[in-house]
Amino acid sequence: MRYMIIVKSNPAFEAETTPQSPDEKLMAAMAGYHEQLARAGVLLDASGLQPSRKGWRIHYDGQKRTVVDGPFTESKELIAGFTTIQVRSREEALEWSRRFPNPVGDNAPAVIEVRQLYELDDPLQA
Amino acid sequence: MSWMTRYKPEKETRAVHSATHEATHEATHEAISAVWRIESAKIVATVARMVRDIGLAEELAQDALVSALEHWPQGGVPDNPAGWLVTAAKRKALDHLRHLKMRGEKLTELGHDLEAQEALVVPDFVDALGEAMQDDIGDDLLRLIFTACHPVLSTDARVALTLKLLGGLTTHEIARACLVPEPTVAQRIVRAKRTLSEAKVPFEVPRAGALAERLASVLEVVYLIFNEGYTATAGQDWMRPALAQEALRLGRMLAELAPEEPEVHGLAALMELQASRSAARVDAQGRPVLLMAQDRGRWDRLLIRRGLAALERAQALCQRQQQPLGSYALQAAIAACHASAPTGDATDWGRIAALYDALAQVAPSPVVELNRAVAVGMAFGPQAGLSIIDPLMQDKALRNYQWLPSVRGDLLAKLGRHEEARAEFLRAAELAHNERERELLLARAEDVGHS
Repeated sequence: MRYMIIVKSNPAFEAETTPQSPDEKLMAAMAGYHEQLARAGVLLDASGLQPSRKGWRIHYDGQKRTVVDGPFTESKELIAGFTTIQVRSREEALEWSRRFPNPVGDNAPAVIEVRQLYELDDPLQA
Repeated sequence: MSWMTRYKPEKETRAVHSATHEATHEATHEAISAVWRIESAKIVATVARMVRDIGLAEELAQDALVSALEHWPQGGVPDNPAGWLVTAAKRKALDHLRHLKMRGEKLTELGHDLEAQEALVVPDFVDALGEAMQDDIGDDLLRLIFTACHPVLSTDARVALTLKLLGGLTTHEIARACLVPEPTVAQRIVRAKRTLSEAKVPFEVPRAGALAERLASVLEVVYLIFNEGYTATAGQDWMRPALAQEALRLGRMLAELAPEEPEVHGLAALMELQASRSAARVDAQGRPVLLMAQDRGRWDRLLIRRGLAALERAQALCQRQQQPLGSYALQAAIAACHASAPTGDATDWGRIAALYDALAQVAPSPVVELNRAVAVGMAFGPQAGLSIIDPLMQDKALRNYQWLPSVRGDLLAKLGRHEEARAEFLRAAELAHNERERELLLARAEDVGHS
């Protein structure tokens, strides 16, 4: 079973006011965590997303499509990155997600969200 | 549902249950199970380095798990459950070593330096996350894999021990997955541990001279586990398909632990690419779908990407080490040709035929030859394929192999020799292993009869 650990964005990240030099302690924690995942054979994929300023949305109104450029303001609804893992149980995913470093460093609040992916050939659904 | 929700440790600990806190206990037990599944191999490996015996190491690790099951439901799951378990297991190992010392047994001979060992018991997990420690754990895990897959053990024993020690599966789960009675698995594991102990197999990564052969044994076990799961059909106990996932996980783990070994990446690539097709391999009725007829939209792009990346690493390493691709990398390269073709018609059969040529040199076998005939037939016409197949008809190893007459029938049909083709498909159907295969082959005989 696969789970996606979704890192929620925050206003500072979206506004790109975070310091130009990356937080080295945080980077090391993130790298270390992903190394652990890889060594356990559970890491499938991981990526950070650029701020929504560089993205766009397509709004559908029936057949009609409208392109709306970023940035988007409701930063709590935005995603800043994701990590996809493959594990043997929900509990295992929960345990791995508990170990995820605070994505903004240890001195600020942040949220990650974990969701299970649909599987084309999930043996458990057969 | 999980592999682990019904997990019970091998040592019964029902006494710690109290009816009033059943729900909390259930949650705690599930949390413990998950931590155990993630950490057990590392714990066993770490302890094995201390006591130099994987059977004993597993017992001590189990003892630590039992302690967790006793303490956590009351005191709550600690902030750092993994660190707690590691520390508990190391303490138990130290107690054991101290006990030996008191009995006057010479530890130094075994390389046991008690004081140095004591320094290793780090209560603070932050330290344990240090890079040096991580490398140690990586080495210990490698030692554990090499020991579990030691050639002194039978293949069955290697598979069982690997699933137990590296996968953290229970005896019950291994039995279900391998379609063997539980006592048989238990006995295999007990015997395997005894064999390792009696043969005084050192807990180490083999030295350069023996490395290639020992690594081949490890990769063989992992691929065997993969195929055991991969060939299981839908509707069977889900523990069997789960074996393929477990093998894939082991393969990915090995790729991190032994990143300089091209065949490790070759095997990882092969398994990723094969697994990428699992959803397309059977139709809605559970019937097998041959590669060329598969809906490529159901192939898993993420696994294909991972497979291609692993293959690239294998190829780059081979180039750097100036050695030819090994058999896993070659098989992965063949799978990659299929994975990269947008449609079946766009398949580069010339390249596949060349890769089978290379594979036939590295790992010659009648089955490889048969596959080469298919590729050559696709690339250079059915007659060219037939000329490779015909000598195989005398091969004893393929006498009851249904795909030989099936492939031959295919080539004959393309040449318009319909009666001969029909006879081959009927013969293949007789040899089929299951009803679904038989139906498929009879249908082909029927089709060719009408043309």
